[in-house]
Amino acid sequence: MILQSVFFYLFSAVLLVSALMVIGARNPVHSVLFLILAFFNAAALFVLLGAEFLAMLLVVVYVGAVAVLFLFIVMMLDVDFVELRAGFLTYMPVGLVVGVVLLAELLIALGGWALSPDLAANLGEPMPTLAEASNIEAIGALLYTKYVFYFQTAALILFVAMIGAIVLTLHHRRDVQRQNIERQVARNAENSIEIVNVEPGNGI
Amino acid sequence: MTTELATLPNLMPALPEILLAVGAMVLLMLGAFGGSKTSQVVNGLAVAVLIIAGAILLLSSGGTVTTFNDAFIQDPFARLMKVLVLIGSGFSLAMSVGYTQEEKFDRFEYPVLVLLATVGMMLMLSANDMIAVYLGLELQSLTLYVLSSFKRDSAKATEAGLKYFVLGALSSGMLLYGMSLVYGFTGQTSFVGIAEAVHVEGAGIGVIFGLVFILAGLTFKISAVPFHMWTPDVYEGAPTPVTAFLAAAPKVAAMGLIVRVVMTAFDPMDLQWQQVITFVSILSMVLGAFAAIGQRNIKRLMAYSSISHMGYALVGLAAGSSAGVVGVIVYLITYLAMTLGTFAAIMSMRRRDGMVERIDDLAGLSRNDLPMAVLLGVLMFSLAGIPWMGGFIGKWFVFSAAIEAGLYPLAIIGVLASVVGAFYYLRIVKIMFFDDPAPVFERPANELRLVLVISGLFMASMVFYVSPIRTVAELAANSFF
Repeated sequence: MILQSVFFYLFSAVLLVSALMVIGARNPVHSVLFLILAFFNAAALFVLLGAEFLAMLLVVVYVGAVAVLFLFIVMMLDVDFVELRAGFLTYMPVGLVVGVVLLAELLIALGGWALSPDLAANLGEPMPTLAEASNIEAIGALLYTKYVFYFQTAALILFVAMIGAIVLTLHHRRDVQRQNIERQVARNAENSIEIVNVEPGNGI
Repeated sequence: MTTELATLPNLMPALPEILLAVGAMVLLMLGAFGGSKTSQVVNGLAVAVLIIAGAILLLSSGGTVTTFNDAFIQDPFARLMKVLVLIGSGFSLAMSVGYTQEEKFDRFEYPVLVLLATVGMMLMLSANDMIAVYLGLELQSLTLYVLSSFKRDSAKATEAGLKYFVLGALSSGMLLYGMSLVYGFTGQTSFVGIAEAVHVEGAGIGVIFGLVFILAGLTFKISAVPFHMWTPDVYEGAPTPVTAFLAAAPKVAAMGLIVRVVMTAFDPMDLQWQQVITFVSILSMVLGAFAAIGQRNIKRLMAYSSISHMGYALVGLAAGSSAGVVGVIVYLITYLAMTLGTFAAIMSMRRRDGMVERIDDLAGLSRNDLPMAVLLGVLMFSLAGIPWMGGFIGKWFVFSAAIEAGLYPLAIIGVLASVVGAFYYLRIVKIMFFDDPAPVFERPANELRLVLVISGLFMASMVFYVSPIRTVAELAANSFF
């Protein structure tokens, strides 16, 4: 139990510090790297809670896809972040108000669970305890049985997105050299090199 | 947790959808490995898959079946609307054959995406749960965004796709917001569950808010006023075969979805949704009629025309009665036929140097190509609702349902708007028959001529088979009553 608390405070502290550094770092690439660190620590917190599926999802989706995408954009676009941050103090009060509202909403939402514990009984599909089944088993047992129709339809939507992205962006341009491995392999010295006997002073 | 074998849900009701989805994947592989020369083959096979799916629907038994834990429902209404959607998709694909060759548009992804959009529309029509509604709608919309900007080298098509995408995402957001409100206040996502909860607890202000947001999101998809802004630009910018597809099948699917949502999930709140539908219907009819007058581009004209037609179809729904739903179904049948025929004519407007789409290009068509002028004239009379064309019969059904339900102001405004609308349809007829001839069009492709002939003859002779159509529509409408 003590070990768990120690790790909890460790991960939480790193999470908070790296979250602060995301908005504090001068170099935008560092910001994104701190964001990735924050994601990893949040995932570790999920593991401590026994929500290993959410933890893996966070790492795969947010670190693997979203943060890397951010990194690409930050590195490719020439955005002057110093200029963007110029009005920091003027926007600060509005930002603080938004933060306070968000905090209050979180407290109200979570307080609801504390105030009326029977809320958990109203869930459409109550979660089995960890002793009964792991997260992944519990989600899988619902996703592939009761919700298989939605699962498959969502898969079709992703399929359309894939076709659409290729249709709208892939250009087969004639003037671009493409690699043809068979031709490369089939080449040999006889049909690629021509030996020309150049007479001095005449050129080719 | 003990591991037990999950039982496979009953897949039979969803067989047409599964067939289309698998067909789309197989055809994609065929196109990807067969190279660009296979696009015509893929197109033909896609039409064949649509026909087989339609045959399965027609041959399946007539009862009501639900599957996937009641998320998916197959009833006579869903079957009829799905057949209409399949007809719309199939004809749009068939009409695109000639165009794709001439305009260097022949890419195998086009039929594949149309098939996937059709799957989305069929899922919408079978949705019996809010999550299923959203997923079906997104599958259809995402495909349509891609299709609108399919001609990616054209600035207009790209603009159309982007506009449609941004506004469509906004409307999906509103829809989801509405759904989350309804879920929060009723605790249910299934239509039956929502109806029960509202019945027991009454229609609270939260549920009404949710209802309004859901209807806003759904009416965007049928481009009803005040959510119509995207329609003219998208219709004009998208490649013409895509516009024909956009105007036909998705409208039928979204209208069917609205009918199901208000008739099942919000059945106990009929007073509330009737107000919304009436309001949207009046605005659509009036704006569609007046805004179309100044249009010079025939695709933009058809956009405003479709806005007003969706308004007329909503008149039937506003009545909220069995006769009203029958009216909506009959109206959609006529709308589908008229739209496909008119777009076949628009796609025939080709000169040697490319497609033309100004209304003035039709001048003197009667002297250049009399059959096309006569058939397009019939379709224009029908769109205007001149007796005894098909369009008149559709209007007759919806307006008589509105009068039966005591909605006199709605019916009167509708009739007046259709008089205004008749002006611009008849102006096209005047331009075709009485103006000095413009240069001759190229000979249209056979499939375009065929679609134009079928649709023109159907609209001209619909008065003779009103009663079988009415029987079928009543059978479908009985799913709700």
